Amino acid sequence: MAKIIVVTSGKGGVGKTTTSASFATGLALRGHKTVVIDFDVGLRNLDLIMGCERRVVYDFVNVINNEATINQALIKDKHCENLYVLPASQTRDKDALHKEGVARVLDELRQSFDFIVCDSPAGIERGAMMAMYFADEALVVTNPEVSSVRDSDRILGILASKSRRAEQAEEPVKEHLVLSRYAPERVERGDMLSVDDVMEILAIPLLGVIPESPSVLQSSNSGVPVILDEASDAGGAYGDLVARFLGEQRPHRFLSVEKKGFFKRLFGN
Amino acid sequence: MSPPNDRSADAAPFDLKGSLFTLTVLHLRRTDPAAIERHLAEKVAQAPGFFVNVPVVVDCEGLADADAALDLAGLIACLRRHGLVPVGVRNGSEALVAAAQAAGIGVLPEGRGSGRRAEPERAAAAAESERGSGAPSSRGNRLSTHPVRSGQQLYAPDGDLVLLGTVSPGAEVLADGNIHIYGPLRGRALAGAKGNAEARIFCLSLEAELVSIAGRYRVLEQTSSEFWGKPVQIHLADDHLIIELLAR
Ligand SMILES: Nc1ncnc2c1ncn2[C@@H]1O[C@H](COP(=O)(O)OP(=O)(O)OP(=O)(O)O)[C@@H](O)[C@H]1O
Ligand SMILES: [Mg+2]
Repeated sequence: MAKIIVVTSGKGGVGKTTTSASFATGLALRGHKTVVIDFDVGLRNLDLIMGCERRVVYDFVNVINNEATINQALIKDKHCENLYVLPASQTRDKDALHKEGVARVLDELRQSFDFIVCDSPAGIERGAMMAMYFADEALVVTNPEVSSVRDSDRILGILASKSRRAEQAEEPVKEHLVLSRYAPERVERGDMLSVDDVMEILAIPLLGVIPESPSVLQSSNSGVPVILDEASDAGGAYGDLVARFLGEQRPHRFLSVEKKGFFKRLFGN
Repeated sequence: MSPPNDRSADAAPFDLKGSLFTLTVLHLRRTDPAAIERHLAEKVAQAPGFFVNVPVVVDCEGLADADAALDLAGLIACLRRHGLVPVGVRNGSEALVAAAQAAGIGVLPEGRGSGRRAEPERAAAAAESERGSGAPSSRGNRLSTHPVRSGQQLYAPDGDLVLLGTVSPGAEVLADGNIHIYGPLRGRALAGAKGNAEARIFCLSLEAELVSIAGRYRVLEQTSSEFWGKPVQIHLADDHLIIELLAR
């Protein structure tokens, strides 16, 4: 049975789309048939990060409105087998997403995929609620700062009370914390919350810590999910995150300040 | 021959049980039939379907004692024309009660006072926001094993609230009785919400935004409290909020 995983946060710009792209790519690289859906109607940019923006013909809303079939709208990823993207519409407004339509599309996707990754927009409006509603599991993306942690807490409350699983009194949505844009040196200086601070407040299992890294911007500019840049710190962290999600034990890395060696100190990175 | 599911012949043909319902209440402010009909038509047009066959109670509190001017039979006909089903009146004068009886609709108990009227909404909101977090026990006490997250509200009307998880910043927990929190209190806690000055708040770590007992409240900040992060109980003495360490 396919699993539906929402990538959500409440606060904007914390790394949901970056995480959705790398997470979905990582699952597919490990042989799982995966589709990633952009719920950010009106502001699509998952397709940019996945590097498939020039191949968007039909979108999620077209499928909901029966203007296109799912197969017409799904874009096969060019980097890896087993991966498909269902892009958002840039032109529609958010009300185009309604529960019955989203349910129908997800039900159809369940037939042929192992994992359905839903990239949520920021906020707690329609699009975000729709992305969360049907989830079996949630990656709650949080930055190590008070406002982001507060919003994540709010989202966890909504998952626990307003999701389909909550409404049907089924087993609750499984929660995972993804702490993103983590900068150990800023934590040491006291400018940012530490992993422990965030864990203490949110009290959910930590799936991964993604360091603040210039490789994220480089990757998204070239339309290649950062997980494929295996040599980079953020890419490695996303690789670990996917492995942990699939049940492997891996220690958390990038939590402390890297002591720069003599040459690095001389020549920079 | 008796039908297959018939039990014994002398079993009671029905049971009579009390039950609680949420009813739509029409709070009248004026008696002018034309104005009422116009406003009703507008409301129904905004959400057709929503009002079809909806039982409605007519509340005359807003008319003060001017309800003699109300043509109840006319109002009932008007409501039915728009698909609603008038089932009773509330807060009416004797004349209006007589009119209700004549029209064959019920008379509901008085619900005067805006405070009392707001309660069901508050309780409903609380119930809605904490769905799935445990059921009230017999004495109106309520136990929740889940954290209470930012934006959520949890209320134990007529009893104690016992929480096994944290209360996050931005969350609010209320009880008419005591509040026991076996974790950190980081949001707002209001015990004795209906005025019980004997109510207390207990928590394992005081990091609250606000605490209140029977309406006496205090906002807290890390720097202003020597009890910050400590296990405490909070109670009222001579109308003052007292915070003290829980003996260990
Ligand atoms: N680990 C990281 N290191 C550095 N920059 C990052 C990292 N993660 C994300 N970013 C940058 O942060 C910005 C926002 O990222 P992204 O679009 O993934 O966030 P989002 O949560 O999807 O935003 P929105 O709420 O607008 O949908 C982008 O410019 C991205 O490159
Ligand atoms: Mg995004």
